[in-house]
Amino acid sequence: MKKLLSGNEALALGAHNAGVTFAAAYPGTPSTEIMEAIARFKDIYAEWSTNEKVAMEVAMGACYAGARAMVSMKQVGLNVAADPFLAVATTGVNGGLVLISADDPGIHSSQGEQDNRHYAELAKVPILEPTDSQTAYDLMAYAFEISEQFDTPVMLRTTTRISHSKSIVEVKETPILPTSKIAFSPDMQKYVMLPVNARLRHPLMEERLVKLAAYGEKFPFNKIEMGERQLGVIATGISYQYAREVFPEASFLKLGMTYPLPEKIIREFAAKVDRILVVEELDPFIEEHIKAMGIKVDGKQYIPRTGELNSDIIESAGRKMGLIKTTAAAQKKLPVAIEPAKRPPLLCPGCPHSGFFYVLAGMGQRLKLPGSKDKTVKESNMIITGDIGCYTLGAYPPLNALDTNGCMGSSIGTAIGMEKAGVSAKIVAVIGDSTFLHSGITPLVDAVYNQSKITVIISDNSTTAMTGHQEHPGTGISVQGETVGKVILEDVVRGVGVKNVVVVDSFNIRELRKTIKGALDSQELSVVIVRGACVVHVPKHGATQMIDTEKCNQCGICLLVGCPAIQTTHGKQPIIDIGMCTGCTICQQICPKQAIGPVSRPKTEAQH
Amino acid sequence: MSTKTKIDLLLTGVGGQGNILASDIIGEVAMTAGYDVKKTDTLGMAQRGGSVVSHVRIAEKVYSPLIKEGEVDFLLAFEKLEGIRWASYLRPGGIAIINNHALPPLSVNLGVEKYPTDTEVMQVLKQRSERIYLVEGNLRAIELGNAKTLNIFILGCVSVFLPFKLPSWQETIAKHLPEKLWKLNMTAFETGRKEIENVHV
Repeated sequence: MKKLLSGNEALALGAHNAGVTFAAAYPGTPSTEIMEAIARFKDIYAEWSTNEKVAMEVAMGACYAGARAMVSMKQVGLNVAADPFLAVATTGVNGGLVLISADDPGIHSSQGEQDNRHYAELAKVPILEPTDSQTAYDLMAYAFEISEQFDTPVMLRTTTRISHSKSIVEVKETPILPTSKIAFSPDMQKYVMLPVNARLRHPLMEERLVKLAAYGEKFPFNKIEMGERQLGVIATGISYQYAREVFPEASFLKLGMTYPLPEKIIREFAAKVDRILVVEELDPFIEEHIKAMGIKVDGKQYIPRTGELNSDIIESAGRKMGLIKTTAAAQKKLPVAIEPAKRPPLLCPGCPHSGFFYVLAGMGQRLKLPGSKDKTVKESNMIITGDIGCYTLGAYPPLNALDTNGCMGSSIGTAIGMEKAGVSAKIVAVIGDSTFLHSGITPLVDAVYNQSKITVIISDNSTTAMTGHQEHPGTGISVQGETVGKVILEDVVRGVGVKNVVVVDSFNIRELRKTIKGALDSQELSVVIVRGACVVHVPKHGATQMIDTEKCNQCGICLLVGCPAIQTTHGKQPIIDIGMCTGCTICQQICPKQAIGPVSRPKTEAQH
Repeated sequence: MSTKTKIDLLLTGVGGQGNILASDIIGEVAMTAGYDVKKTDTLGMAQRGGSVVSHVRIAEKVYSPLIKEGEVDFLLAFEKLEGIRWASYLRPGGIAIINNHALPPLSVNLGVEKYPTDTEVMQVLKQRSERIYLVEGNLRAIELGNAKTLNIFILGCVSVFLPFKLPSWQETIAKHLPEKLWKLNMTAFETGRKEIENVHV
């Protein structure tokens, strides 16, 4: 049966078809939809795990017990899960274990750009790379077979463009039924990594790579497609598709397994063509391994190492190499182009992060409209360390409310470090609920233990918002939508020993002011839990607000919230777009002239 | 199907306007008609209000899911600013269907940047092609009583130019929507088809 599927949907269906019975993940773009699709199958145990390390560990346990298990995460998720990944790479598996690592070339939604194929080389495990949704679907079955045959976890590496593109998939009707029985057979030499045992495993890992390389020579997804001899392209993943479009006459070696590489096939291909170009996104991973074989290839001197590739970029590389001689088709850039106004990501109208950011940034003297030339703003007396989530957008003007943001959970540790290094400013760490549970708890323990006096704001919108509203331990709802165990944030915070803990409503400015001021003034470690539902879950808070233009003196304070519904399109007078206003009343609470209130009836008098 | 047939569509708009669903429907209609199809969406990290662009490629065999600059056959802009942002992707002589609707970004609302005038919008697009259709999608959707029918209206507009059968459009639209919305959206689709016949290029 033919279906138009995204790469992520195809991976989930392929896994189900391959008899997977266990799946774990933490949400992260572009991998999130894999778990969302897996969770629809009743015959698979599926969970959102607390973080990627835990996801890897539960999948490791499941595969030790004999289940075919998979774990999926975004590229930086594997940084978190690297420890158990290396551990299971050392012990090997019982049931098959497949890690889907979703890389993000172009940094569509990540804190950095990294090529996770290096992790597989480090862990001495094989890498499979799909070129479209069909191969994503097909490769899952091979991934589990390879895992069990070679006693190794397998990395299936996808990228944003594979994960988020749809193409046609021929879906098989009957899934492979799991043959393995669920039972753990204790085997101390295999599963207990005392040095004496680990020393026995390492040579087996090296042996495994040799065997895998031999397997790769016969692997059906490593395939030569002969065309003209003048140019041979070696490519994998989405890069294969771009190169195939740009060089329709060339010969291709399409690689489905990119580690370890099939040396015999590569030599055979090299002997058949005059010149080889390796096309791959990010690092010259394939290129350097082929060069180490002593085979001459071109690659990263023409193909960029950074960003996402596309056919235009490959075409321009082809021109530089003299491979494409025709003059550029139509002139691509327009002769007259106006620079269109940018549309950067924003906190939504009615966002529960806006109110505390406004209060905090006000206390830190940081509020400033974009493009404002106001030089009276003093140097801020406050450092705000940030974290990963929608609230990272609080860094933009007018809030200007973040100074650092590096990785999941880092806000708290970074704040402790700045304090202990001796900065004189007040230090506030800002972290979301899902991120706090992911990796904020251990640094908070550090803060208690080392007697830190920082303030931690946990902005609890009861969802993992930025990746598309996934559940987490704090919501008490499972990935299947069922009521399950619930972790109470304030209990966790008090439980690790924080004495000064206050919970406050996200939309009550007076209470936010009082609470945050109290926390900043206290001479001890303080945690403020700011609680209010994500506006995507609760789209209307109350009556739509409007500005009484007779009372309004155009002071511009309401604009400092950064709410997209408050606009000055028609000159200096701010107005509220009634289609966008959610009635959160933050602007009404901060207006010094009491000029903002519910839209008056009849509706015809409403603004705009 | 001719082996030379290739149809590349670029759907651009702002998060929440429904252009991803519209691109899914085009893809499935083309697949039903026996074509190879690839489609891909690019959206930023914002939940709402960011730029969203979908590439849909239809041919006997499609490789790259991304369309090259200057090779788009149909530019479907759900919002004017997002139309000119991608104008250089339109091929010379291609068709642009532009929804006559402005959603100014925050920088414009705060007076930092300017929203292009209608004259500027047309000037930029006309460098590529004379075949520009300015359609009143939001107005028609509101007349129908549901602003969310905009995406199906736009599908109606482009369906006039595409080699797919009417029942296939209707069946695929129905598959993606709850039954209570079928009648309304079939009307929106018809309204889109009529709009194209009535607007002067």
